[in-house]
Amino acid sequence: MNNQTPTAPLNYLNHKTGLWSWLSSTDHKRIGLLYFYCIVTFFLSAAVLGLLMKIEKVAPGETIMTAQTYNAMFTLHGIIMIFIVVIPGLAAVFGNIMLPIMIGAKDVAFPKLNLFSFYLFLGGACIALYSQFAHGHSPDTGWTFYVPYSAEASSNVVIALTAAFTLGFASILTGLNFIVTIHTMRAPGMTWFRMPLFPWSLYATAWIQLLATPVVGITLLMVIAERTLHVGFFDPKLGGDPVLYQHLFWIYSHPAVYVMILPAMGVVTEIFPTFSQKPVFGYVPIVFSSLAIALVGYFVWGHHMFTSGMSYESRWFFSLLTFLVAIPSAIKVFNWLSTMYGGSVDLQPPLLYAISFIFLFTIGGFTGLTLGSVATDIQVHNTDFVVAHFHYIIFGGMGFGFFAGIHYWFPKIYGRMYNIRWANIGWGILFTGFNLTYFPMFIMGIQGMPRRYFDYDPKFQLGQTISTIGAVILFTGLITMISNLIYHSKKGAIAPANPWHGVTLEWQIPSPPPHENFDEVPVITRGPYVFDNPHTK
Amino acid sequence: MSNNESHITSYALNFKVLLVLLILTTITILVIKAHLGAFTVAVALTLASIKCAIVLTYFMHLKFESLILRLMVGGVFLLFAIIIVITFIDYYFR
Ligand code: HEM
Ligand SMILES: [Cu+2]
Repeated sequence: MNNQTPTAPLNYLNHKTGLWSWLSSTDHKRIGLLYFYCIVTFFLSAAVLGLLMKIEKVAPGETIMTAQTYNAMFTLHGIIMIFIVVIPGLAAVFGNIMLPIMIGAKDVAFPKLNLFSFYLFLGGACIALYSQFAHGHSPDTGWTFYVPYSAEASSNVVIALTAAFTLGFASILTGLNFIVTIHTMRAPGMTWFRMPLFPWSLYATAWIQLLATPVVGITLLMVIAERTLHVGFFDPKLGGDPVLYQHLFWIYSHPAVYVMILPAMGVVTEIFPTFSQKPVFGYVPIVFSSLAIALVGYFVWGHHMFTSGMSYESRWFFSLLTFLVAIPSAIKVFNWLSTMYGGSVDLQPPLLYAISFIFLFTIGGFTGLTLGSVATDIQVHNTDFVVAHFHYIIFGGMGFGFFAGIHYWFPKIYGRMYNIRWANIGWGILFTGFNLTYFPMFIMGIQGMPRRYFDYDPKFQLGQTISTIGAVILFTGLITMISNLIYHSKKGAIAPANPWHGVTLEWQIPSPPPHENFDEVPVITRGPYVFDNPHTK
Repeated sequence: MSNNESHITSYALNFKVLLVLLILTTITILVIKAHLGAFTVAVALTLASIKCAIVLTYFMHLKFESLILRLMVGGVFLLFAIIIVITFIDYYFR
C-alpha cells in the first residue's frame, strides 16, 4: 500500500483497514480472499508432504522416512488436499469473489452466513490438524478411512471424520448461499440464460454441495453409534457390513469430485471467449452439460468399489453409468475448442493454463474410462495408475483451473498486474514437472506398482526416479508462480479496469472493485458474451 | 413466494396429522414383528417417507409454498430415493 497515491479511489481493499476489519468483514470479496490465503497456505504445506513422499521413493528401500511415517504422510496429504484445498477451492475463493459481481449483485444473499461458513471451514481445518496430533499418533488410514482398518487402527478416525463433517457443513452453507443468491439477486434483465457460465457452474456445484455433503455427516453418526452403542452398521461381528461404509463414503465423495471440477470448468469457460475475443461456442449445451454432470454424478459412486465384493449386477450397472458421465464432459471439451477456433487467440498466461487444463483433464478423463470399465479396473485398482488418474484430474484439472482463474482475475482482485514473462516461465516449469511426476505413474501402475507403498521392487527404479525429479521441478514451478503473484500483488504495475478486454460484468467496474461492487445497479439487456467493441491491439 | 403472511392451521387439522403420524409409527414397530425378510427395510422406509412427506406438507407449511419450491423439495427426495434404491440393488443381488 506504500506506493498507493493518496488520491487513489476507495475500494474493497482499503475502505477499511486493520486486521479486525478483515476478520469480521461480511464483504464477499474479502471473505473470498480470506479463503484464498488459507487455502494457499494449506496447499503449499500439503505439497511439501507430497514432495517428501516422492523423495522417499527416489531409491528402493528406506531413504528418508519409515513406513509408518510414510503412511501418516499420505493420509495427511490426502485429507488436506481433498477436504481443505480442492473441495472448497474454487467455489469458496472465486465463487465468493466473483459470483455476486458477475450477476450484478452487491453481495451474496446471506453475507453473515458467508462469514460463518468461513469460520466453520477454519474450525474444520483445525480439527483435521488436531486429529494428526491427538493421542500421540496420527491416523494412517488414507483419506478414505475405510473400515475395518479405520475402526480398529486408532480412535483418531472419529476426530478426522468430525473434521470432514465440519468442513462439509461449511460447504453446505456456501452452497445454500449461492443457490439463494443466484435465484434472487440477479441484476434486472439478467435472465437465467443471460447469466455467465461461471455462475452457472457454481449453481450446479451448489446443488451437489447442498445434497451430497449431509451423507458424510450421517456416516459419521453411524461410526459413532457403532463405536459407542455397538449398533452393527459396518462390523460383521455385530451383523454389519464393511462394504456399506464404502457405499456411504463414495455416495458423498464421488459427487464431491464434481464439486471440485465443475467450478474449474466454469473458470476456463470464461477464459476461452475472452482470449479468443469470440462468443462462447454452444452456451446452452454448456449449461446443460454442467447440470447433467451434477445429476449423473450422483449415481456412479460404485465405480470405486468394483473390487470390494459388491454384487455383479451393481458392478455393471455402475460401470454403465460411469461411461455416461463422459458424455457431458466431452461436450464441454468440444465447446472450448470450438470457442477458440477462428478467434483472435491471444496466448496470455490465463489461456496457457486453460489450454493445459483441457490437455491434462482429457488424459485424466480417458484414464477414468479405463478405470470405469470393470475388467480393466480390476487390473489397475489400487495401483499408481489410480493415483496418476486423479492427479491428472484434480491437479491437472482443478489445480490448473485454479491457476488459470487467479491469473485471469488477479488484476481485478488486486488492481495490479503480475509479470507476464515470469508467469509464462512458471507455467513452463510447472507443466513440465507435472507431466514428469505423474505420467510415469500410469506406466508403473500398469506394471503393478501398488499405491500407498513407501518401498518398491527395484524394477521400478527408473520410473520412480524420473517421477521424483519431476516432483522437484513441479515444486520449483509452484514457487516461481506463487512468488510472482505475491510480489506483484503489492508492487505490480497498476492494472487498468479491463486488461483482457473481457465483456462480463466484472470487467465493467474499476479494479479493485469498490466496496459494494456497483455504484448503480446494472441493467442487463443482452447475453453475456457479445464482443462488439473493436478494441484490437 | 408466500413471503411473510403466516398461515394458521386449525388445531383440529394439526391433531389429525399428529394422529396419523402416531398410527404410522405404531405400524412401523409392528412390521418388525411380522418377519417380512428382505422387505422389512423397504416397508420401514416407505412408511418413514410417508411420515416425512406429511410433516413437510403440514407442519413445515410446504402446502402453502410456490410450485418451484415444492418441485425442488420433491426433486431432492426423489434423488435420495434413487440413491437408496441403487445401494440396495447391491444387497439384493449379493
Ligand atoms: C470422465 C470422468 C471420470 C471417470 C470416468 C472417472 C473414473 C474413476 C474410477 C473408475 C475410479 C476408481 C479407480 C479405482 O479405485 O480402481 C476413479 C478414482 C478417482 N477419481 Fe475419477 N473419474 C472421472 C473423473 C474424475 C474427476 C473429475 C475427479 C476429481 C475432480 C476424479 C477424482 C478421482 C479420485 C480422487 C479417485 C481416487 C479415489 C481414491 O481411491 O483415493 N475423477 N475415477
Ligand atoms: Cu468416482
